[in-house]
Amino acid sequence: MLDAIGVGSLDDLIGDIPPEHRHPRLNLAPGLSEQELAAEFAAIAAENASPARGYISFLGAGAYRHYIPSTVRSILQRGEFVTAYTPYQPEAAQGTLQVGFEFQTIICQLTGMEVANAGMYDGPTAFAEACLMAARITRRTRIGVLSTADARLPGTLMAYSKYQDIELVDIDPDATEIPDDLACISIQSPNFFGEIEDVEHLTKLAHEKGALSVVHVNPTALGMFRPPGDFDADIVTAEGQPLGVPLAFGGPYVGLFACKRAHIRQMPGRIIGKTTDTRGRVGYVLTLQTREQHIRRERATSNICTSTQLIGLMVTVFVATLGKQGMKDLAQLCYQKAHYAAAEIGRLAGFEVESASSGGSSGSGSSGKAYFHEFVVRCPGPPAAINAALLKRKIIGGLDISDRSDNGMLVCVTETSSKADIDRFVAALGVIGAAR
Amino acid sequence: MTIGPDIERAGDIDRRLLMDRSVAGRRAFTLPESDVPVQELPDPSLLRDDIELPEVSQLEVIRYFSLLSQLNFSIDTNFYPLGSCTMKYNPKINDELANLPGLADIHPLQPAETVQGAIRLLKELQDDLGEITGLPGVSLAPLAGAQGEYAGLLIARAYHQARHDAERTVAIIPDSAHGTNPASASMAGLEVVTVRSDDQGNVDVENLRELADSRTAAFMLTIPSTLGLFEPNILEITKIIHDAGGLVYADGANLNALLGLVKLGDLGVDICHSNLHKTFSTPHGGGGPGSGPVLVRADLARYLPEPVAEKTGDGPDSTYRLAAPADSIGPLNGFHGSFSIAARAYAYIRALGIEGLRSVSENAIIGANYIQAGLKDRYDLAADRYCMHETVLSATRQKKRGVSGLDIAKRLLDFGIHAPTMYFPLIVEEALMIEPTESESKETLDHFIAVMRQIDDEVDSAPELIHDAPHDLPVTRLDEATAARRPVLRWSAE
Repeated sequence: MLDAIGVGSLDDLIGDIPPEHRHPRLNLAPGLSEQELAAEFAAIAAENASPARGYISFLGAGAYRHYIPSTVRSILQRGEFVTAYTPYQPEAAQGTLQVGFEFQTIICQLTGMEVANAGMYDGPTAFAEACLMAARITRRTRIGVLSTADARLPGTLMAYSKYQDIELVDIDPDATEIPDDLACISIQSPNFFGEIEDVEHLTKLAHEKGALSVVHVNPTALGMFRPPGDFDADIVTAEGQPLGVPLAFGGPYVGLFACKRAHIRQMPGRIIGKTTDTRGRVGYVLTLQTREQHIRRERATSNICTSTQLIGLMVTVFVATLGKQGMKDLAQLCYQKAHYAAAEIGRLAGFEVESASSGGSSGSGSSGKAYFHEFVVRCPGPPAAINAALLKRKIIGGLDISDRSDNGMLVCVTETSSKADIDRFVAALGVIGAAR
Repeated sequence: MTIGPDIERAGDIDRRLLMDRSVAGRRAFTLPESDVPVQELPDPSLLRDDIELPEVSQLEVIRYFSLLSQLNFSIDTNFYPLGSCTMKYNPKINDELANLPGLADIHPLQPAETVQGAIRLLKELQDDLGEITGLPGVSLAPLAGAQGEYAGLLIARAYHQARHDAERTVAIIPDSAHGTNPASASMAGLEVVTVRSDDQGNVDVENLRELADSRTAAFMLTIPSTLGLFEPNILEITKIIHDAGGLVYADGANLNALLGLVKLGDLGVDICHSNLHKTFSTPHGGGGPGSGPVLVRADLARYLPEPVAEKTGDGPDSTYRLAAPADSIGPLNGFHGSFSIAARAYAYIRALGIEGLRSVSENAIIGANYIQAGLKDRYDLAADRYCMHETVLSATRQKKRGVSGLDIAKRLLDFGIHAPTMYFPLIVEEALMIEPTESESKETLDHFIAVMRQIDDEVDSAPELIHDAPHDLPVTRLDEATAARRPVLRWSAE
């Protein structure tokens, strides 16, 4: 090949690299055969505590353990999906594009919204982009965020808007009045503590002041709770991970993003539209691209380019597999198991369950709000100490949220926990609590 | 049930959407019965009545998505010389390893002592990337190149602010840059100033000298450039920027050309990002997930986005943790970045090792030059000199004969070859950007050259073949104008 190029060696091709810096010393290990590599990874994986090693876990707080049906894994083996690029040549990417159109449809159906994009990086970035979109639409700079939101949501927004003249305003979830000049009220529901917020009331408050309502949901909860579209929400975002995506130590996940049709030209991210070919056959294309960085450059609605199409495929296959009934059943199972766990923990001496719906075990300080599959337990001592004791019993306890709630532990229970798992957790808490 | 207009001729596949396949009561999956005592439901006013979602069988799910997959071109099935995207082979073992129990099923908020293996993996990948680029401060948090880029600019701003030099609000960007560069600069509150390229495709050094001043926060340079060229004046350029008090940001999208050949840090680069989904072989997934680690010189590490993996102690007693650097620009996303993408990239680096990595770039450069040599008598070159890992052709000669770059790209699809990147960089008329990568054999490159020469013949002998291309794909050219004018973005009941 060098002959055909007309050079004697590789160095003739890289003559522009300053010679004194060419071929530097690299301190890297020699290569491994596939077999050696597999052994190395098996050792790394074995250093982690996972269900495969007999651990049970009650962690949630934005990432949730759910059963992933075999169909999702099976379709994820299709190299035609896995090793394709962004569908810039639509004729050669109808598979990716039609899946994206299905994804947008499913997100609209779950959220009750009119339009959705093909996905963002993850939940918090979708939330941040939604708030910035509200600022663009209203031409206002103050963004109200409910005080019950996961701190990672405003945290990501702050990093995204550091130089964009955006100010965060803390909003009480029980507010009856809000400032006049907000771009939006951003509501996480279920909130960080698992409770359902009054999206209808807060959206009305926002609209009375010319602000938008941005609602960050848990998509699993939408199998039973009314969707934000019912309450006239303007933009809806979510972490898509619960819909068939492995926990994988935090990523990659996919951000869900939906809004009212009137706002589509302010929406960030890829959007897939339906059209026809020269013979009148239906096909799909990336559309409304004049919003995007590769056309609009510094005036784009976002800098996002590579996104999370493949994770969107997982979500699409997951929802197609569970279907209408499965999504309802999944939400019910999570709800039932979480409420059972809360009731049992609430009976333990020294432990109180803070969130409590009607009929649940009602601890003091109850907000009285309904909750989905997460709730706050007030522990008889520091949650860190209790979690350390649980870990000795191969139980990964709930998240220590003592920074936000006195001796608070945020416990999550999904359909993956059997009654036996829950009983084991509750019994362990009882023993650990009694020893204090 | 109507079949709809999709099926026009025998052999076309059934492309009806899931909702059009839906039959009430049909199911693909059953959840277990609840094994806990029945709990009281919340107030009915909170609950939704129904939810409109597909109802299909499991076979239909598998068949539908399997058939859709066959409508795609992909690396596994096609030569995919898409410039600047580095469509190399994605080793299958890496997918398997990333999906191992113990990696795929660990929660991001687990206590550090229960995820020592995962954090060790992140730390070792950080170190390897730092070694490869010569920029030792590394955060794997950014979820794609654009996020890495944005993180890099926030770091530059934080650095200037810490030096009470906050009036630096300009990003200088070459006219050949990728669109995310100006978009990220604008997000970071920087004014974009464009520096010209000269007729050789290099940065116009005199123009840069005029633009670099006390307002320069950063110069964003893609190395090699989007023309596939290594900037011969790189040392002079980084000196001009540093003398003006600015920082040099390298867009690492084209790092596949540099592995083991040169370290960016040695050239005076202060900050860069790397696309793991390009250089380090993690699958593109039809448009993500990606991963865009940001890498900086040692004294800038204090500003990196959180988290960064850290190691304490040595040998068997060492422990690992995730931490926020002292003056971190903050979290850019929910957790720790694309962990399972990082795992694949780490597997790729470990498998290749030092010698393997070097041969990646060597073979990528030879492949691109081989294509350039095989086509330069038929197609104009954006710059008539040896290229790095990609070559940019210009179809101006073909355009004069009535066929555009777009037409040529579409005609390539008929031969089962994915189109090159078209009309980019913007400074090249009728640009066709071709990046073969190191993965492809000489036979594949020869075939590609032969096809490109045949298409050039067809410009005169059978122009209609090119104008109407593609002919043999699931669809012919699509009406993108109508799609944008009257957007249909979801299924709805007819």
